[in-house]
Amino acid sequence: MSIKIIMELKDKLISSFLAFEAACDVDADIHLLRSQAIKEFEELGFPSKKEEAWKYTSLNSVLKPDYSVFPKKEDTIDYGDIKKYLVHNIDTYNLVFIDGIYSSHLSQTTHDKIDVCLLSAAMSKPKYKQVIDSYFNKAIPKVNGLTSLNTAFSKEGAYIHIHKNLVADKPIQIVNFATGNEAALMIQPRNLIVVDENAQVQIIERHQSLTDHPVLTNSVTEIFAGKHAVVDYYKIQNDRASASLIDSTFIEQKEESNCSMHTFSLGGKLTRNNLNFFQKGEHSDSTLKGITIIEDKQHVDHNTLVHHVSPNCESHQDYKGIFADNSTGVFNGKIVVDQEAQKINAFQSNNNILLDNKATINSKPQLEIFADDVKCSHGCTIGQLDEDSLFYLRSRGIPLKEARALLMYAFANNVLESVKIPEIKNRITHEIALKLGVSLGFDL
Amino acid sequence: MHTKNNMLKVKNLHASIDDKEILKGINLEIKAGEVHAIMGPNGSGKSTLSSVIAGKEEFEMTEGEIIFEGTDLTQLAPEERAHKGIFLSFQYPVEIPGVSVTNFIKTAINSHRKSQGLGDMPANEMLKMIREKAEMLEIDRKFLSRSLNQGFSGGEKKRNEIFQMAMLNPKLAILDETDSGLDIDALKIVANGVNKLRNKGNAVLLITHYQRLLDYIVPDVVHVMVDGKIVKSGGKELAYELEERGYDWLKPEQV
Repeated sequence: MSIKIIMELKDKLISSFLAFEAACDVDADIHLLRSQAIKEFEELGFPSKKEEAWKYTSLNSVLKPDYSVFPKKEDTIDYGDIKKYLVHNIDTYNLVFIDGIYSSHLSQTTHDKIDVCLLSAAMSKPKYKQVIDSYFNKAIPKVNGLTSLNTAFSKEGAYIHIHKNLVADKPIQIVNFATGNEAALMIQPRNLIVVDENAQVQIIERHQSLTDHPVLTNSVTEIFAGKHAVVDYYKIQNDRASASLIDSTFIEQKEESNCSMHTFSLGGKLTRNNLNFFQKGEHSDSTLKGITIIEDKQHVDHNTLVHHVSPNCESHQDYKGIFADNSTGVFNGKIVVDQEAQKINAFQSNNNILLDNKATINSKPQLEIFADDVKCSHGCTIGQLDEDSLFYLRSRGIPLKEARALLMYAFANNVLESVKIPEIKNRITHEIALKLGVSLGFDL
Repeated sequence: MHTKNNMLKVKNLHASIDDKEILKGINLEIKAGEVHAIMGPNGSGKSTLSSVIAGKEEFEMTEGEIIFEGTDLTQLAPEERAHKGIFLSFQYPVEIPGVSVTNFIKTAINSHRKSQGLGDMPANEMLKMIREKAEMLEIDRKFLSRSLNQGFSGGEKKRNEIFQMAMLNPKLAILDETDSGLDIDALKIVANGVNKLRNKGNAVLLITHYQRLLDYIVPDVVHVMVDGKIVKSGGKELAYELEERGYDWLKPEQV
């Protein structure tokens, strides 16, 4: 029975492709790429639990709804209604999409020295062709069903190009809203971010459904960091319990670049983060951090890959998870060190707290090391809140609920500490406090 | 003996952990204004006694009572006992990264106030109080913005415990081995702080291994605890006697 249902969405996507493609105004090369991609998707399909990388995450129930797979025409939303989902106490460039369609009145783009605009524009206008030809779809070393599906339907998303030696003057927010006007909606944002030599950028990304209608987002983001570039990316995943997200992000780093990805997974029905870093130049640094706090029947799966191709590099992974009720978490962290990649420092740590007996976490580090002069470590802990610490707080008059929240906040803290923008840090802290059901009673 | 101004009355207290009995019938009465000291060898149950009075849930009270200002504490949670005015200075204070000393104490104070139906303490009043108490304990201002107890030396942790005590102004302060790990200078600062906080309305219960602390915080009564029972009580001279003779002469069977 379940196999039939999966085929239905797959069939729907394949059969809609031609009509979709005909309606797209893109460069000929892109048409070719997309046609190739749909064939790949036809062959590979959606991943099943039989694949090792999907062993603990089943897409069955997420693929069931009868999703509308085309963005329709633009719907407007009042800024006042969605303001709370944006980090609005700092000045930012905003790329806001509603049901997969760009909303010009909620966005703020620029071409003043840096390019912060739309992928649809980049895929159709000649002035972007060189960048698109050089970078689009080039960060994905091995295709899979989900990336190919996204490529086949790639039409809209963020196009960010920070030119050589420039520091983006404002952070950039990429926000995808789902209005719920469709009974069920599938969107496939595609982001391309190119940061040239010595350039810097900070990006905040969020997916937000505004109703309880099922939403499935299959997102692909490619990031290219040039020599000595700095990219700090923050993902806020705090969506409704009816929204599911599969995010595949690929970051290619050249020498001396410094890239960080912080993922805050606090909501959603099913969230799968495929995060891939490729260090293709010496002396580069990668930071992958995450905080997961979920409850009820939520599921969050972090699947990370750090591939050290060049010597003298560093990578740090720190993922913290707190699981209540029947929630489930997965951490699958792979580190690959090529034979030529000597003098690598690669650290990985996954720490989890289970608040209830029925919560589950599956944690698997994988180290594939082919060089002989490296320092790699991995650690995983699964436990409960420390009773002595709880007693310490309660003995000072702090009630049990607040004491537990304080400890959970403290547990997640060193992931928060590395957030470079104070307003973002405060924002995340606020959302965590809400999630923990307490007011933390102090400004941070 | 039943007297009206007994702040704490512990009657025949038996407590166990994991089915092992640690407290085997403790009797203790502390009046307001008094300083009591409990000394004893390792494993005698001194820390367990302080934890049980403060309400640590790992311990099971199998018999007896703990009456604080006329109220039976048995069913009260640790935070409720704290709200009633009991403070425990920990032997091993816990580290809470990401929460500064200042923010922690703010949360604690406002929790107390909430239990009394009061709103949060106004920010400037709080700041003033924090500065005052920090100064009294010779705690550097920079210290206050550090994460609670994280990377603190033993002495710094203990001073921070007394700082919390000064801020919370409890009726009964139980100081569990507050002197362990302190050099003489740190000891003097801590003792000085405790002495400044003393008045006719509050009381102190010192749990200590060494007589040295009692030169600075002078007790009214010294109790000796051996193997889960208080085997002897006396004046402060008892502490000197213990220092000279050790604990062997006080086997429980002999009392």
